[in-house]
Amino acid sequence: MNRHPLYQLTLARFREFYREPAAVFWVYGFPLLLAVALGVAFRDRPVDKITVDIVADAAGGMAAAEELATKLRANEQLKVNLNPDATAKMRLRTAKTGLVIRPVAGDSVVSAKWEYQLDPNRPECVLARNAVDNLLLRSEAPQLPKPQDITTDEPGGRYIDFLLPGLMGTNLMGGGLFGVGFVIVDLRVRKLLKRFLATPMKKHHFLLSLLISRLVFVMVEIGVLLVFANLAFDVTVHGSWFALLALVFVSGLSFGGLGLLIACRAKTIETVSGLMNAVMLPMYVVSGVFFPSDKFPDIVQPLIQLLPLTACIDGLRAIINDGASFADVSRSFLVLLAWGVGSFAIAMRLFRWR
Amino acid sequence: MNSAIHVSDLVKTYPGRPPVEAVRGVTLDVQVGECFGLLGPNGAGKTTTLEIIEGLLAPTSGEVTVLGRSWATHEPELRERMGISLQETRLSDKLTVRETVTLFRSFYQKGLEPDVALGLVSLNEKARSFVDKLSGGQKQRLAVACALVGEPELLFLDEPTTGLDPQSRRQLWDVIRDFKARGRTVLLTTHYMDEAERLADRVAVIDQGKVIALGTPHDLILQVGGEHVIDFTVDAPASLVDESLQALPTVKTVKRGSDGALSLSVAEPAQVLPALLILLQKLSVKLLGLTTRTATLEDVFVTLTGRHLRDTD
Repeated sequence: MNRHPLYQLTLARFREFYREPAAVFWVYGFPLLLAVALGVAFRDRPVDKITVDIVADAAGGMAAAEELATKLRANEQLKVNLNPDATAKMRLRTAKTGLVIRPVAGDSVVSAKWEYQLDPNRPECVLARNAVDNLLLRSEAPQLPKPQDITTDEPGGRYIDFLLPGLMGTNLMGGGLFGVGFVIVDLRVRKLLKRFLATPMKKHHFLLSLLISRLVFVMVEIGVLLVFANLAFDVTVHGSWFALLALVFVSGLSFGGLGLLIACRAKTIETVSGLMNAVMLPMYVVSGVFFPSDKFPDIVQPLIQLLPLTACIDGLRAIINDGASFADVSRSFLVLLAWGVGSFAIAMRLFRWR
Repeated sequence: MNSAIHVSDLVKTYPGRPPVEAVRGVTLDVQVGECFGLLGPNGAGKTTTLEIIEGLLAPTSGEVTVLGRSWATHEPELRERMGISLQETRLSDKLTVRETVTLFRSFYQKGLEPDVALGLVSLNEKARSFVDKLSGGQKQRLAVACALVGEPELLFLDEPTTGLDPQSRRQLWDVIRDFKARGRTVLLTTHYMDEAERLADRVAVIDQGKVIALGTPHDLILQVGGEHVIDFTVDAPASLVDESLQALPTVKTVKRGSDGALSLSVAEPAQVLPALLILLQKLSVKLLGLTTRTATLEDVFVTLTGRHLRDTD
């Protein structure tokens, strides 16, 4: 049996992990379930129907409303409802419908016969307005030639392709923070850290064992997610495998370092949980897990781009979806490396063994 | 004999308002091959003293030498040469007994085979059990096995039997005696006087951060009065004056408790008892109950501080 302390410490980390079924589920099972749920929700569904409401009791009258409805119902992409004004407005406000079409009074040739009510900030409203306006325009001028639509559903541009790197990133972050931070505070609470300190154990062996076990777990986690995504959703890595490996590796280091930093003084599990949430939640929101991070105002973009999770997810997306090489993601790599080295250096200065 | 541990004028003050003076000038010498006990109530400063000697806490002032070395200059060497069992360490539940000892063995350059260490504490048949399946006594023995696996010259045990049942306590005492029988040194803390009496060659009684008595258990008991104690209760304690009790043969001290309880430290109970009974009869005081026993370290503590060891529990 190998008697090296580094080997024994790392082995202990593995044993404590895989002998705790709950931990295995939350690390491996949960991201898979999430990927399945979200992947299924956005997979192979029929093209979204666009819901629009026509006001039946508007000034333009019921007949005008019926006429509009007939024209619009000819297109199967639209779901058309006739509703009283108040109901239609309410449905717009609660996002049940994308557009309210209101026939207006007067039959002048120059003024419009209806008006649109919509929320210009909601993409589905804008989409509905354009679709409806386009249809009605074409129905006025049937002689105009219509170009043919050629549809495509290639891997790379679907939501699951966007989502998977996001999930990998959150997994790397959660795993690093919990896998290092929680373990350390747990050992400290149980006075095992102090007990280890009372032996000739080398401190760097202990910290290295945490890091090594972390990196092995990370590779397994990412591997499982990638294999699953390939089998279930045909997701493939378009870019460099070396770059992917390097980025996952440096992410593991970076988030492990952050976990170490968060845990370096915390004396209770409650403290460390709070600190972790304070670090993770903002990044969940701004770093582009579920939607692109460029939705946030330009003024905060430089900050967002410097966050480790943003760097990690942007890099993964570039490699997996856009076929990036290592050189293409070197910025992400450097940002993560800086976080890793920085947090380790600070953590080593502040670390308390008791 | 060589000194295994030398401590002089040890002070540990924790900053705060007001500052907490946990240790207030402790001086000790522990000889090689000796089992030395730090006895005192909870909060007396035993653990703080021990952890400073173990090099886990820095003293505010004072000097500590262990095996002739100082912590500042020889920490790695000292760590190799000592084994420590802390109070309340919770070993990993999901490791087996053997895995735990093997892990601790890996930290030391030389030492025992893990199974040999388990044999010392009679845990061989539990080698494959997970730690969370062990009883309290077995866990404590495992903690001691982890301290023994580096084959230390010096063993530190902090309250090794607190909370254990009598059988588990005796098993641990045997482990400690075996260790001492091989010429090794033990320093232990306890608030059980019987543990100190049975295990320790010498005892330092610690109270409020100071050593208030130091010597062999037997000497300490002799110092504070007789070796025997007569405890008795009467219906009218007020009519018995201390002077007449003091005048009884070989009586050293008289102590009064509540509810008419009295206790006499005596050298020869056989001479005191008849005289006491005659005195009670003469004064028409009715005896409600009487026991005699050998004096213990508890009596030493009570005599020195006026309090019981377990008062602060």
